[in-house]
Amino acid sequence: MASAKEMKSLVFGPVFANNPIALQVLGICSALAVTTKLDKALVMGIALMLVTAFSSMFISMIRNHIPSSVRIIVQMTIIASLVIVVDQILKAYAYNVAKELSVFVGLIITNCIVMGRAEAYAMKSPPLMSFLDGIGNGLGYTVLLVIVAVVRELFGSGTLLGVEILPLVSAGGWYVPNGLLLMPPSAFFIIGLLIWALRTWRPEQQEQH
Amino acid sequence: MEHYLSLFVRAVFVENMALSFFLGMCTFIAISKQVKTAFSLGVAVTVVLALSVPLNNIVFKQFLAPGALDWAGFPDTDLSFLGFIAYIGVIAGLVQVLEMFLDKYVPALYNALGIFLPLITVNCAIFGAVAFMVERDYTLAESTVFGLGSGIGWTMAITVMAAVSEKLKYADVPLALRGLGSRFFMVGLMSLGFLSFSGVSL
Repeated sequence: MASAKEMKSLVFGPVFANNPIALQVLGICSALAVTTKLDKALVMGIALMLVTAFSSMFISMIRNHIPSSVRIIVQMTIIASLVIVVDQILKAYAYNVAKELSVFVGLIITNCIVMGRAEAYAMKSPPLMSFLDGIGNGLGYTVLLVIVAVVRELFGSGTLLGVEILPLVSAGGWYVPNGLLLMPPSAFFIIGLLIWALRTWRPEQQEQH
Repeated sequence: MEHYLSLFVRAVFVENMALSFFLGMCTFIAISKQVKTAFSLGVAVTVVLALSVPLNNIVFKQFLAPGALDWAGFPDTDLSFLGFIAYIGVIAGLVQVLEMFLDKYVPALYNALGIFLPLITVNCAIFGAVAFMVERDYTLAESTVFGLGSGIGWTMAITVMAAVSEKLKYADVPLALRGLGSRFFMVGLMSLGFLSFSGVSL
């Protein structure tokens, strides 16, 4: 059985030291589209975390029985089934958010973080460790998503989780919202700036070419 | 005809898969360093998109949509919850068949695209386009046009970005911004440019 320290590093390592988005370039696809509002980002992050954790766990459980020639299909099936479950739950209990997330919940299937962790970690590790690794990578993804979403929602529409923080000029307040932050390009810039900041703080992540 | 043309232009420019929906970004950012590889990948994605979107449209309309199984004697069945797993299966199967077909009959193209084909199954642009097709309730003809248009738009975006990356090799970028960071800014600026198309009324 692995030590508590190892488990802790599995969960918290991917948050800053080895962030799936900032360092491993995985799963950016959906990371940007769902960050115009904080609640969307939170739901998406949690959904991805659960899918990654459980898919890693299930794949790890049957890893010794999967022939390597069909492993991608097997992984895909497991992931797709889990995403269907998540999608149905969201539609049942959080219909508005599910509507706003539209196709992006489905896109968790093709999110490279899920496949990447299944392929790189779960195929060689015991179930519990794979589960924790999934939680950790999901957490890294969620943290980045939440940071981007906070910036975009706060300065783009003056609210956080729908609660007014900066009163808008149009509603008699003083804050003029930055409309660009609600547009797609801003997401790229914010992630670019985050990566810049992260790599200045931790120079070992810099690329040397 | 006009309707299809406007749908096509919208798929290529206004609703560019890569730049306004962020789809296919993983490969977009990882691979687009050389114009030639980027273009080959773009062609492969376009082919798969143009085939898989209409194919999934048929699957959805004939098997999964509420009431679609009327012909089999199940008028009340709604299998749309099985959508995701069916689409990904169709895409994976299609890519596999395409790979075998190209290998046998068009070896030159296979050699050019071969390494990218397996990757395409997990390319979000393909799955995204299929999901959009279902959500927007396109007909078979519309989905063909939409698939082709999104593929061309994606190819254009990835090729242009590769060209910019090639030039940027000689730039003196701050250390912490090298590689991934600078590429995000680049895509951001390109996306800003493409945003101007959204003002075009069709």
